Amino acid sequence: AVTMAPSVTERYFTRWYKPDVKGNPCEDHCILQHSNRICVITLAEAHPLLQNGKTIKSINYQISANCSRLQNKVSGKSKRGAQFLTELAPLCRISCSDGDEYTIYSCIRGRLMEVNESILDNPSILQDKPSTEGYIAVVLPKFEESKGITQGLLTQKEYQEVLLKRFNSTA
Amino acid sequence: MFALTEKDRPLAQMLLDFGACPRCILRFCGAGLQTPYRCPHKELLSEVHTFLKNNKEEEGRCCETADPPYKRIRLQDPEVAEGLNQNGSLQSSLMESSENVACENSPPNVCSVCLGILQESCERDFVKKVCQKVNSAEYQFTSFVFSVSFPPQLSVREHAAWLLVKQEMGKQGLSPAKEDIVQLKEAYKWIIHPLLSEELSVPADGKVVDANFNFILQSVFTRMAVIKALEKIKEEDFRKHFPCPPTSPKTPCAALEIQCTNGAIFVAGRYNKYSRDLPQTPWIIDGERKLESSVEELISEPLVTVFKVDSFNFSSSGREDVDVRTLGNGRPFAVELVNPRRVHFATEEMKELQQTINNSTDKIKVRDLQLVTREAIGRMKEGEEEKTKTYSALVWTEKAIQKGDISFLDEMKELKLDQKTPLRVLHRRPLAVRPRVIHTMQSAYIDEHHFRLHLKTQAGTYIKEFVHGDFGRTKPNMGSLLGTTADILELDVESVDVDWPPALDN
Ligand SMILES: [Zn+2]
Repeated sequence: AVTMAPSVTERYFTRWYKPDVKGNPCEDHCILQHSNRICVITLAEAHPLLQNGKTIKSINYQISANCSRLQNKVSGKSKRGAQFLTELAPLCRISCSDGDEYTIYSCIRGRLMEVNESILDNPSILQDKPSTEGYIAVVLPKFEESKGITQGLLTQKEYQEVLLKRFNSTA
Repeated sequence: MFALTEKDRPLAQMLLDFGACPRCILRFCGAGLQTPYRCPHKELLSEVHTFLKNNKEEEGRCCETADPPYKRIRLQDPEVAEGLNQNGSLQSSLMESSENVACENSPPNVCSVCLGILQESCERDFVKKVCQKVNSAEYQFTSFVFSVSFPPQLSVREHAAWLLVKQEMGKQGLSPAKEDIVQLKEAYKWIIHPLLSEELSVPADGKVVDANFNFILQSVFTRMAVIKALEKIKEEDFRKHFPCPPTSPKTPCAALEIQCTNGAIFVAGRYNKYSRDLPQTPWIIDGERKLESSVEELISEPLVTVFKVDSFNFSSSGREDVDVRTLGNGRPFAVELVNPRRVHFATEEMKELQQTINNSTDKIKVRDLQLVTREAIGRMKEGEEEKTKTYSALVWTEKAIQKGDISFLDEMKELKLDQKTPLRVLHRRPLAVRPRVIHTMQSAYIDEHHFRLHLKTQAGTYIKEFVHGDFGRTKPNMGSLLGTTADILELDVESVDVDWPPALDN
């Protein structure tokens, strides 16, 4: 009798959702919030990139001519030197073999700790394990903002309702 | 005569005239031997007067009318004056120079320099009061350190007296050095140490800190501020603002506070933790307690009660997470017990104390409980970084596995990891990729989705993250080694290889 224990993500993180980011239908993001206020930015299950038939061609952390998320460096306990992110700060652009391009956003205010470099060499991790190894970035909200940071986001239950409505309207 | 010589006469007379007590007279005359200071105050006073009476006689009769009180003493037989032991009459001679008029047998005038520190505060009554305080606290001790804190006003008076001494000696063509004066604190200790030692029946010891009393007298200025100001101020300015000689106060300064503290003692041992719901230290988030107990409290609370201490500080060789057990010989720990009343414990009593702790809970168990020195605790922390740790983990795999799928782990030796600071501690630790080594692994198959993994690792390796991978941030990890998703369901520390404190046969 094997009982499924909750996974690492379920044990330590709370899931928050932002549907239709920047008004783009179905481009849902999921923010995993650790009890220590660390946030991991991931793709939500309904994101077009995770649907059947999509092949990722490239992932680019160079979000403008003079800003690359790969140049982010933090030092010390206080994480000096981190790039500051607003809710709508782009993290990376992902292009698919079918020509579609998607931008992934921070969705929360905070300082960028790291981006996931592993998905550069092996983009399929992003699709295989979007909630763990295929994460996009790690963000640390300000201590005083950490409580309110998720105010504009949906809980898992609210997000299920959004998905249900979406399903019903297309059906 | 006692400690003063002919050349000290004019200075001693001047000091007496402005109301210095006999011990302050000795101090400013630079009497450097301890014994004279220990004479009872009354005897000293009478000796000073006898000494200075001769002075007056030698100086000639011109003073007679100018200084009637001395005339009165002079009229008495010096031996009678001492024999009667009546400071009263001697006292009055002092007092008539101030506005106070003392009657016979009244307490001595308060010294204008030391404010009575070398008078009343040196008397047996005061010593008894201090000792009562010590004894009522029921301390166990074998020696004591006396520390005293004087009000900053004393520094000002001391300075005023010093200026006068310099002036007086200057008249004689001498230039005294400040080092020649016996410091108030020094003289005070000379007097009070033997008295305390006798009353407490233990020796005074400058090195071994055992019991420790302070008496502090209130002031609006800090001592350092006063000392700094006195260093800077010009002599003329000082004289303008502060009466030289200083006026005689009506009441002596009193001890505001007598504090006793016993030097901390240290208890060490090893603990096992059998609970997966027990943090090592109290777990409090936003002022709210998450779990009712902790390893530190379960061990320290019985110690606090038995040693009768004010507070404690718990430390250990590393620590485990709330859901991790510590088995085997346990984890070395030490507890600093602050201000203990009891300090002497026989081996047998320590054994009983250990038993008391072990009987009070089934969440932890303590062994090798013993008294140690502060220095020895360093050895516990030394081992923390270099030593290896042995763990046992219950691993879950997403993919169904057979025995043969995991046996290769047993062959892996010195497996190098690149471990990024785990997400769960990233908020309080710097972000870095740290190389770590898994020395050996041994797997024990349980079923298609579970096996037990025994690991011997370099200290500082995060085992949970090695097993579940921490979002792929520890590389390689158990999932990547097995080609599946892996998770850790249970973790036990099997041994902490630090050979301190010494094992006891119990
Ligand atoms: Zn004095």
